[in-house]
Amino acid sequence: MNIRETFRVALRAIRRNKVRSALTMLGVIIGVASVIAMIALGSGARAAIDEQIQSQGTTLIYVSSGSWGGPGRASQGSGTTQTLTVEDADAIAREVPSVARYTPGVRGRAQVIAGNNNWNTQVEGGNEDYLAIRNWVVGDGANFTPRDVQVAEKVCLLGATVARTLFPDGDPVGQIIRVRNMPFRVLGVLAPKGQGQFGQDQDDFVLAPWTTIQKKLLGITYLHQVSITARSSEVVEPTAVAITRLMRARHRIANPEQDDFSVRTIEEMAATRVQMAETMTGLLMSVASVSLLVGGIGIMNIMLVSVTERTREIGVRMAVGAKTKDVMRQFLAEAIALSLVGGLAGILLGVAVSQTITQSLGWPVAITSASILVAFAFSAAVGIFFGWYPARKAANLDPIEALRYE
Amino acid sequence: MREPLIRVVELRRSYALGDVTVHALRGVTLEIEAGAMVAIVGASGSGKSTLMNILGLLDRPTGGQYFLDGQDVSGFDRDRRAELRNRKIGFVFQNFSLLPRTTALENVELPLLYAGQGLRPQERHAKALGLLRAVGIGERADHTPNQLSGGQQQRVAIARSLVNDPELILADEPTGNLDSRTSVEIMEILQRLNREQGMTVLLITHEHDIAGYATRVITVRDGRVTNDAPVANRRDAARELVAMPVETEA
Repeated sequence: MNIRETFRVALRAIRRNKVRSALTMLGVIIGVASVIAMIALGSGARAAIDEQIQSQGTTLIYVSSGSWGGPGRASQGSGTTQTLTVEDADAIAREVPSVARYTPGVRGRAQVIAGNNNWNTQVEGGNEDYLAIRNWVVGDGANFTPRDVQVAEKVCLLGATVARTLFPDGDPVGQIIRVRNMPFRVLGVLAPKGQGQFGQDQDDFVLAPWTTIQKKLLGITYLHQVSITARSSEVVEPTAVAITRLMRARHRIANPEQDDFSVRTIEEMAATRVQMAETMTGLLMSVASVSLLVGGIGIMNIMLVSVTERTREIGVRMAVGAKTKDVMRQFLAEAIALSLVGGLAGILLGVAVSQTITQSLGWPVAITSASILVAFAFSAAVGIFFGWYPARKAANLDPIEALRYE
Repeated sequence: MREPLIRVVELRRSYALGDVTVHALRGVTLEIEAGAMVAIVGASGSGKSTLMNILGLLDRPTGGQYFLDGQDVSGFDRDRRAELRNRKIGFVFQNFSLLPRTTALENVELPLLYAGQGLRPQERHAKALGLLRAVGIGERADHTPNQLSGGQQQRVAIARSLVNDPELILADEPTGNLDSRTSVEIMEILQRLNREQGMTVLLITHEHDIAGYATRVITVRDGRVTNDAPVANRRDAARELVAMPVETEA
């Protein structure tokens, strides 16, 4: 019997027991759907991280106060020490030649008020290069000048969300807002970037000269962070190494475990997040695979029942000339058809679930043709693997006993 | 002289049942010429079923030789026997053995699917339909077995046994589940095949009056052939049918 004929017979056998077949497929459907959804979530997270790297620039290096510690070490926590200073920032720019731009960074949360509107937001302090380093563009108005930074002028730029909230129907440029009751003149509004990787609003912040924020708003003498760009993406790693060496020398640190700062490149940070996302995906995938496995066992179970029920049929087929491989193929085809139809339904369900996740939770998902192919191949493999034993059992029946079976 | 269609020499078959060895066949030697209609009779436990299974290539002997069409098939493995069954032997069983929920037409086509001749579906349909017409139920081709009476089911089974143009039809108690008139009808078809097409028919039965339709009766008892004789007054199913009152078939 040829392959087409075999599958035609198999599909007919499946249609004969519609409810039973549907229930049998359910396990595979759920398994494949979860695998598809998990892959979609995983690759969605990855794509979002990649996109964020692009939007932030691939040459970015952060020097943060406090140390990350790392596995097994006591961490002081990022931003908890007060030893990172503007002198460190200036020294980095002066002594590491591959540094293109840098900006000192301080930050805090503050209530901002304009007229009757108020909003709690993140206030960032940087210099005139902040926008270039972080890939921001002024949408309306102008950036502040080096002089504004030098004299700690009370001027600011608004993120699109803040601008929209404080000035719902007016032009913010030239207006005065109050940050912790301190008046700041709005120089411009930043072009929006939209949602970040985990759905956070990247446009919800106010940018001002770091000097103003550090001295007048926060009343501190240290920095939280220095953001640096390397001259090209090729020199990011050596630049980060040079900065680390310089910082240790300046802070007189001999043992790297006692670092009171941390140097991280955007790619490292992205890699960490990708790894986290992949770990999560892997975990969820293994749960999904378990249900696929259970689905496979369901198929095996029902195929064994089917072989017993149809012993007479097998006997008749053998009597009229079905060879071992014909019977084997017939039952294998049935198992594969069950798992493939289940797999197809599972793919549709998985795509639907992924879309629902995007719409209801706002998580990024990406359904790739590769994941669909993998799911399809996987369900076929489940059919072959779990159909093998029942098919073997059918093919090895003794024709005489099979014919007499009641 | 022409080689007989079937020649078995000192055929033996024993089964191991736990510690006991049961000898179902204790050395059977016989020949059946092509074109004969032979009945094998015997009580249950006589070994006639075992003999039929071996002659039908469903089983293999533990001793002796079996020549089918001149070829020693005693040592053939499962798949070679399956192939020969498909090509050379048509089976008609007591319980009809049709596939349930499958139309008469598809049941008749079944052996063609395993024949590997690569007939196109239309050719298969045409051949199967032709045979269903020949056994008188062409108009029921799309009925499934549970929509057919016993006699009609047995006609479908006969059509199926013929579809691969076999050398031999092996009918195992073909009338065992049928009433007397229907039995005669089935025997009429088998006799007609034998007479008009020269089909070799091997009839396995325990009823001596059914054996009377054959040209020769072989009696098996305790695993041996005890009697082998031509039938003196062969019954003619066609003539009997004419004489029988016509009943409406259930």
